[in-house]
Amino acid sequence: MGEERRYSRSHEWVIREGDSARVGVSEFAVEQLGDVVYLELPAVGKQLNRGDVIGDIESVKAVSQLYAPISGEVIAVNEELEAHPELVNEDPLGKGWIVVLQPVDLGDIDTLMFKADYDRFAAEEQA
Amino acid sequence: MEGVKRTALHEEHLAAGAKMVPFAGYEMPIEYQGIVAEHRAVRSSMGMFDLSHMGEIVLEGEDVLDATDRLMTNEVRNLAVGQARYSPMCRESGGIIDDLLIYRFPTQVMLVVNASNRAKDYDWIVAQLPQSVTARDVSDDVALIAIQGPDAVAFVQSLASVDVEDLASYHFLEGSVLGIPCTVSRTGYTGEDGVEIYVASERAAELWRGLRAASNTLALVGLGARDTLRLEAGLALYGNDITEETTPLEAGLGWTVKLSDRQFIGSDALQRQKDDGVSRRLMAFEMADRAIARPHAAMLSGDLTIGEVASGTFSPTFSKGIGMAYIEREHATVGREVEVDIRGQRHPARIVKKPLYRRPQA
Repeated sequence: MGEERRYSRSHEWVIREGDSARVGVSEFAVEQLGDVVYLELPAVGKQLNRGDVIGDIESVKAVSQLYAPISGEVIAVNEELEAHPELVNEDPLGKGWIVVLQPVDLGDIDTLMFKADYDRFAAEEQA
Repeated sequence: MEGVKRTALHEEHLAAGAKMVPFAGYEMPIEYQGIVAEHRAVRSSMGMFDLSHMGEIVLEGEDVLDATDRLMTNEVRNLAVGQARYSPMCRESGGIIDDLLIYRFPTQVMLVVNASNRAKDYDWIVAQLPQSVTARDVSDDVALIAIQGPDAVAFVQSLASVDVEDLASYHFLEGSVLGIPCTVSRTGYTGEDGVEIYVASERAAELWRGLRAASNTLALVGLGARDTLRLEAGLALYGNDITEETTPLEAGLGWTVKLSDRQFIGSDALQRQKDDGVSRRLMAFEMADRAIARPHAAMLSGDLTIGEVASGTFSPTFSKGIGMAYIEREHATVGREVEVDIRGQRHPARIVKKPLYRRPQA
């Protein structure tokens, strides 16, 4: 059985991949942002605490921050986004991933929301 | 969204899947398919905008032209019937109350004002007008649909009762499009050729639907792309680039300030500023890296702060950050390398000639 995607209140998704965790931006957040045109991403090796700013995500309209949904070390950054930031819009859950973290505690992932809960949370936030 | 108004085209936007946002007291479409795609459609073919939030104020009475002239930095008294002109409207200090379009009809003058300034403008204008001239705010009765892009004029021509193709820039005609009475104006805010169509609010949805049905290539364009289009074209946005704290001379709108042989509200202050020289100037810039400067970011040169970003966004045409910034006079030269402080990090930029985008001449 595949791992289930979890979501943070700051609109990132996390999915466990073995001992690491891939992080991206939720479909809801991407819809809100509109066309993504530039991302300022961290260097591999950076240590992040839960809630730290991972980087900036620029849409045509505005800049937003990406936050670390769990604590961990950045072990990979999606280099594709440098040339193709639109991947975040086109495939937010796939090719538009942002970073891979080596979590301090894999159990942190289990504290995040399931999709159904997140969808309710996002709908309320929008209202 | 309590107290937020809707244009006559609200249902059309929802049906087209627009993302709606509050803007200047109205619920307006910010985008339909995406800002970048909409922007490119206008540059390469054509797009249609709902600008019904814009305000329209009609002036009428004896000496209406001279009375209007006294309110505007640009000369209006020499407008022919069927002609339109862009002008700032200033306080005595030279600070800009609003920037607007002035249309001369046979017995009336129509002012098209920014939605956010509509009430302020109306109050100001009424207070300045002589007894013989009356002002009416007809904004709620008038809808405004813009069609902009290289294919726009031919498209509208194919549906119009009047000669749109031979209509000169900044001129307008009263006629009909798809049989619906309207005023067709060869004006716009995108840097492209095109028209703006004023139509009675109650016929606006019918016109919008008819225009959509008449073309497979007409993109719907929201306020998001309107902003990127106008900024590439070097056109000022009230509230960002021009405010009551800036003058037309500082904003690079000297061409709209006609000081010789006329007196208007603000002319003394603007004459003094012209004689003394401005202390800062609105200049266009482009980023050298992928970063995007946003309004209020500081412009730096070495250890000095030399200015502040007024408008900044991503340019879909050039695929990089662009903008306009107020820069101190001694640093305000085209070609100068500067830096922008974006959230504490310095990013290289260069001052460039306005406009960044100029449409290819046919």
